[in-house]
Amino acid sequence: MKPREIRLSTTPTPEAIAELRLGDIVYLDGLMYTAREGVYMRALEEKANIPMELPSESAANFHCSPAARINADGSFDMGAVTATASFRFAKWLPEWMEKTGAKLIIGKGGMSSKDYKSYFVPNGAVYLSTVGYGTGALLGRGVENVEAVHWNEELGLAQAMWVIRCNRMGPFIVASDLNGDCLFERENAKIAQNIERVYEGTKPAVLKRYGESDDRSDEVI
Amino acid sequence: MIPIDLIQKTAETLMDKAAIEIPEDYLDGLQKAAKTEDGDLSSFVLKAMLENYEAAKEDRRAMCGDTGVPRWFVKLGNDARVEGGMCALETALRRATANATNGVPLRPNRVHPLWRTDHNNNVGIGAPEIEYGFEPEGEWIDLITVHKGGLFGTDYRMLFPSDGIQGIKRFYLDSLMAFGKRGLACQPAIIGIGLGGSKDICMTLGKRASVLRTVGSRNSDPRIAEMEEEFKELGNSIGMGAMGFVGKNMVIDCNIEVGYCHTGGMPMSVHAFCLSSRRAVARIYPDGRVEHRTDPDWFTPYQRRETVDWEPMREAAE
Repeated sequence: MKPREIRLSTTPTPEAIAELRLGDIVYLDGLMYTAREGVYMRALEEKANIPMELPSESAANFHCSPAARINADGSFDMGAVTATASFRFAKWLPEWMEKTGAKLIIGKGGMSSKDYKSYFVPNGAVYLSTVGYGTGALLGRGVENVEAVHWNEELGLAQAMWVIRCNRMGPFIVASDLNGDCLFERENAKIAQNIERVYEGTKPAVLKRYGESDDRSDEVI
Repeated sequence: MIPIDLIQKTAETLMDKAAIEIPEDYLDGLQKAAKTEDGDLSSFVLKAMLENYEAAKEDRRAMCGDTGVPRWFVKLGNDARVEGGMCALETALRRATANATNGVPLRPNRVHPLWRTDHNNNVGIGAPEIEYGFEPEGEWIDLITVHKGGLFGTDYRMLFPSDGIQGIKRFYLDSLMAFGKRGLACQPAIIGIGLGGSKDICMTLGKRASVLRTVGSRNSDPRIAEMEEEFKELGNSIGMGAMGFVGKNMVIDCNIEVGYCHTGGMPMSVHAFCLSSRRAVARIYPDGRVEHRTDPDWFTPYQRRETVDWEPMREAAE
């Protein structure tokens, strides 16, 4: 069965978000900003003023640093864009979502259903995963314009807050819904049924390691 | 004498090619995988990746936004001479790395591990890594650049002779399971396994097995070649595909490299060269000829030699 394709605004209505199903393919239109550990620390721990009107300008937070350059004349060239793994940002996301009204968290690999249930769902937000990873060139084609780069001096190119105008930017995959269900956990559960057969005949290593788990339904994140 | 300007110019071209053009052997492997894949979601992912390679080449833009950490493997024929010497060579490779980071553009990924400061050009302390190999004959120099990405998919473990092949299999599966979920390893990948050596060389062997060998190549030891086939099948029988979705393609190929180790141990490393398996190679001759290719051809009989003297060399001397 072919996945369903949907076009979505980066300032989506609650109805549009409620419509999304796990595994849907999404293409985005509107303004999106990148924010990862550098931006989170600066905005939440150092209490710097966020240089955008959020969420009215954008409710889409991309966990990304682009392959891009700032030219001598101040213009921008953006080549490829790909997400970075999001689980590392769980520490800051609840406060970030509350402060900025972000409805779409876009990144690599998703979060746990525990994260979704505890702060995504109450904020009416869902997680979109990039595809691959990563379809950097395809996503790059969806960048109509780089509107601004904030905090480049303070954080450097890779951690700066890039403001991107998207035109049918994608593909992204819906990885959480308003029930707080997690696409990746659903897939893990299906794969888990086969694990015993694959491991048949192997044995645990002679020398153990601290914190070791032999439960293959566990995850490392 | 190989002109230093030609080295830098070629190195810049290689940086560009590595970031933009998926190597033919990996592309063939992924196209085959896409044909066999029947998981709905993983099938969609593989098709999107194949479209992405086309888009990158058409637009001359990097195939992935994480353009990895550029590094160099340099191989020299025994009679090669570089204008300005080996320090000039290293400067040329550092310049090419910095220029191409701004030129392509690449993401300036390299930062100081503690202070997180950078020069926005992928150059810094120990970066890019430059490693060397030699061959008994030739006046040429091979420049190989690899832009391996990802923070996941690699692991090391000290196993022991009593762990045996079953222990090796288990650690291999553990690595695929741990980093395959949610697609953290950006699979299907070229999995490289290093067996033996000292701890650091064990990591080096596995890394080189994944990035310096092509899809479809086999170890010259027929029993290791058989293990490579078996491990590829084993990895693909987990039932996990791209992004950790249900699927049957996790391993595009499995390459194993070995080195003699301490008699009491059997160190093992596992590495994953991802969906953006970025590598580019050129051979430069003293007369100015430059031949581009994508196969590093690193593991020659000389690199895998196990005797005190190199036999063909000794015969030539007699």
